Amino acid sequence: MKYKPNIQKIIPNESTDSKNMITFKVNGLEISRSVSTRLHLADFLRHEIGLTGTHVGCEHGVCGACTILLNGQAVRSCLTFAVQADGAEIHTIESEAEDDGTLSVLQQAFEDCHGLQCGFCTPGMIMNIRSYFNSNEKLDLSDDGIREIISGNLCRCTGYANIVSAVRQAAKQLGKG
Amino acid sequence: MSTRQFGARVKRNADPELLRGEGCFTDDIPLHGALHAAFVRSPFARAKILEIDVTEAVELEGVIAVYTCDDIGHLDQELPLLIPHDCMTDARTARPLARDDVYYVGQPVVMVVAINRYIAEDALLLIDIDYDPLEVEMGLEAAAMDGAPLVHDTHPNNVAADFTQISGDPSAAMQDADHVTRITVRVDRSTASALEARAVAAQFDHVSGQLTVWDGTQAPLAVRGGIASLFGLDEDKVRVIAPNVGGGFGQKIMFPHSDEVLVPLAAMTLGRPVKYIEDRRENFIGSNQERTQIHHMELFAKKTGEIIALRDNFLHDTGAFIPYGIAVPQVASTSIAGPYRIPNIEVSFKAIYTPATPVSPYRGCGRPHACFAIERAIDQLADELGMDRMEIRRINLIADDEFPYERDGLIFADGLKVIQDSGQYTKALEMVRAKIGWDGFAEKQKAAQAEGRYLGMGLAFYVEGTGLGPYEGGHIKIHPITGKAYVNTGLTSQGQGHETVFAQIVSDQLGIAVEDVIVVEGDSGAFDWGVATFASRAAVCSGNAIHKTAIKVRKKIIEAAANMLEADLSEIELEDGYALVAGTNRKVALSAVATATNPLRYAFNEAAKAATQFAPASRHDGPALAEGQQPGLEDTDFFSPDCATWAYGVHAAIVEIDPVTCKVDFHKYVCIHDCGNMINPTIVEGQVLGGFAQGIAGALYEKIEFDEDGNPINASFVDFLIPYATEIPSIEIHHLETPAPNNPLGVKGVGEAGCIAVGATVASGIQDAMKHKSNAVFRQTPITPSMIHEGLFKTSS
Repeated sequence: MKYKPNIQKIIPNESTDSKNMITFKVNGLEISRSVSTRLHLADFLRHEIGLTGTHVGCEHGVCGACTILLNGQAVRSCLTFAVQADGAEIHTIESEAEDDGTLSVLQQAFEDCHGLQCGFCTPGMIMNIRSYFNSNEKLDLSDDGIREIISGNLCRCTGYANIVSAVRQAAKQLGKG
Repeated sequence: MSTRQFGARVKRNADPELLRGEGCFTDDIPLHGALHAAFVRSPFARAKILEIDVTEAVELEGVIAVYTCDDIGHLDQELPLLIPHDCMTDARTARPLARDDVYYVGQPVVMVVAINRYIAEDALLLIDIDYDPLEVEMGLEAAAMDGAPLVHDTHPNNVAADFTQISGDPSAAMQDADHVTRITVRVDRSTASALEARAVAAQFDHVSGQLTVWDGTQAPLAVRGGIASLFGLDEDKVRVIAPNVGGGFGQKIMFPHSDEVLVPLAAMTLGRPVKYIEDRRENFIGSNQERTQIHHMELFAKKTGEIIALRDNFLHDTGAFIPYGIAVPQVASTSIAGPYRIPNIEVSFKAIYTPATPVSPYRGCGRPHACFAIERAIDQLADELGMDRMEIRRINLIADDEFPYERDGLIFADGLKVIQDSGQYTKALEMVRAKIGWDGFAEKQKAAQAEGRYLGMGLAFYVEGTGLGPYEGGHIKIHPITGKAYVNTGLTSQGQGHETVFAQIVSDQLGIAVEDVIVVEGDSGAFDWGVATFASRAAVCSGNAIHKTAIKVRKKIIEAAANMLEADLSEIELEDGYALVAGTNRKVALSAVATATNPLRYAFNEAAKAATQFAPASRHDGPALAEGQQPGLEDTDFFSPDCATWAYGVHAAIVEIDPVTCKVDFHKYVCIHDCGNMINPTIVEGQVLGGFAQGIAGALYEKIEFDEDGNPINASFVDFLIPYATEIPSIEIHHLETPAPNNPLGVKGVGEAGCIAVGATVASGIQDAMKHKSNAVFRQTPITPSMIHEGLFKTSS
């Protein structure tokens, strides 16, 4: 077997899928792109504009790893087409820390409480909690209450207990309880 | 002196990046122009392939290549049997792409490479394959019977391996028994379900001949070895990197999965980077699973409750192939007597081929099965002898002064003796008795029963042989410019916090802040001696290797610093990144020591000036480096354990069953745990908590189900019930620390511990909760609400 490539055939860089022009704000920055109609939002964020902090764990809307904020609401970006986000305002995990990298109160609480291990579910978990923190409603900070808040996100490493502690620490610090 | 970092609750070095979304998982790596692979997988559990027609797929715009077994050259072969053992004959392993036959639903048959995954999946639908389905038997016991359809014609009764191990003289001891307890237990098939499914990306530079593979694996060095062998490449031309990996739990120790050889092949032949990012369904049907075993156990006891012999016969489901050998049933066999003295053991198993996804280790690797068997059997023995479950355990536990306790005749999964090296088993049992409130529970239970409630106490003890060899290495270098320590080892992390605990170990020896110890692992280009991450072995093997290396580097620093500071060796202390003369203000930064020990020609920065040829400090006669001297502050050492080191623990739970919904509520769950000296108690607790959650999952929720034709029927996160936070109870963890006597740090592994005893504890509690009304027994996990419902109506005789 030889390992040098054969003379290359022309490999197109883009598919011939039908495309639509969309304009939206991502983490405060307005962008316009022509996107394949069937491209889901997670793939768009990750592979078209390089925001790889949003992770894809199941692509059927159950694990929550791809959770982002769309107009302030936590949504599964694997179940959302990029074109559906036209005109929307999106926030991803990359917007959570300060520009200089300083962790947000919520992120800091995860670090303090050992609320993550492999870190794959973490961005989705944080964006989901962020939607609660942004909602102005008084949160139930009992164990059961916090477990309910994070019950849309699967974590396979931590057993959740330390995430519960992290949410409580951050919520108290931010006066959400 | 600085505060000792070993044993401290240090925050993790890895966290800030992961929290900001700056982790780098395989699919995050930007590979310009990358192509994407997708697989046509067998829709039949067992079938002959009559014809494969890829014509339409090849013509689809955006499809670059389509591979069947005819298109992959010499890779069209049965992949390696990773762990050969005499008890297997003609062990069967899978080909990268099926040829002539398919053996399970999910087996890769055709690979498509296209410009993106969307088009690759479009192309899958255009591939036409004619199959002739064959008869299958999905039941494990039925598959081993005469006349059952064979997965491989070469293996009568589907027996892949048949192995018996004996310790002591069980036949003689059995004669002396006053009582024999017999029990059959079953643990069902599950899957690791790491949140990041498997992922492979490859890039081939045909000018330099360098193949780079990014692989979400637990075994990058082994993958490198596998690829170099299969492709006939020099090892130095193959670099395998495990970047951030989103959980492993055993599934990612298996290699090569088909994609791990076919993605590199495509990258090499197409001249473009290629990625395969497994989706969740593919992970459910295509990536290895574990768990189904059926144990027939007999305990031979005296009237006093002393167990004098154990006989266990079990069936192990190995799926359609046995690429990882008998690791899982061998670990189950050798863990079968748990923490108990039981001096006479006969344990035998048959590994059975079934037409299902192949089996390799999943967190626990046979230990949860062994624990479930012995612990359910001991509960039953206690019941039959009218003894307290706590008491019968107490009298059978290996006593503190009996360690090291060898089970002569049993060989562990590392090929070495089974020697339970150390522990305080009785103390652990007494701790759990106190913490769960064992004494006095009977009254509470009676009171609850009087109110029509179902309250029960569950109890189970477990052991875990950890830190298996053969060895790991550690490499440390002090960076001359920053003074930071750069540390390598050959195994890799999937979120366990290696980068922090290894840094703690180095910090203590070198006086460098934990955050200034940079641990790089999982990159064959950085360090390529070592094995892999499995069997709760990283802290033991790599931890001790790094510790030994750090001691050597410490010595080099002290020698060089003493010279620079004109002091005695005994006066030098290392602290906060400096070497200093005790009791004085004379000190020198480690960066300067590292620079000074590296004779230079060029002064690339201020510190470097002192090491250049005309600087006063480096004036010398003869060569700049004396014979035998090495430049800089750098060293490498290795640790190879003489046998595994055995961690252990006890779980107890107070459960209540809701007789209407059959839901199990946990009033209290206590875990006593001993993994030797703890490097970082926070990380240890994190491992225990995570393992515990997977234990609850296996005890009550997770089971891979097949229909009678072999189709997985719950291969999604919708139907396969991974617990959310709402399903996992709170747990109290209490530590014991019995130092391991057989490694310098005194550490034992912890990665798998949390999950082992949960199934047995929960089953024990549920059975206890309904024993006043029902004679139901719980000898199978997961325990579903239907099983509980059925149990509630089994009237006591």
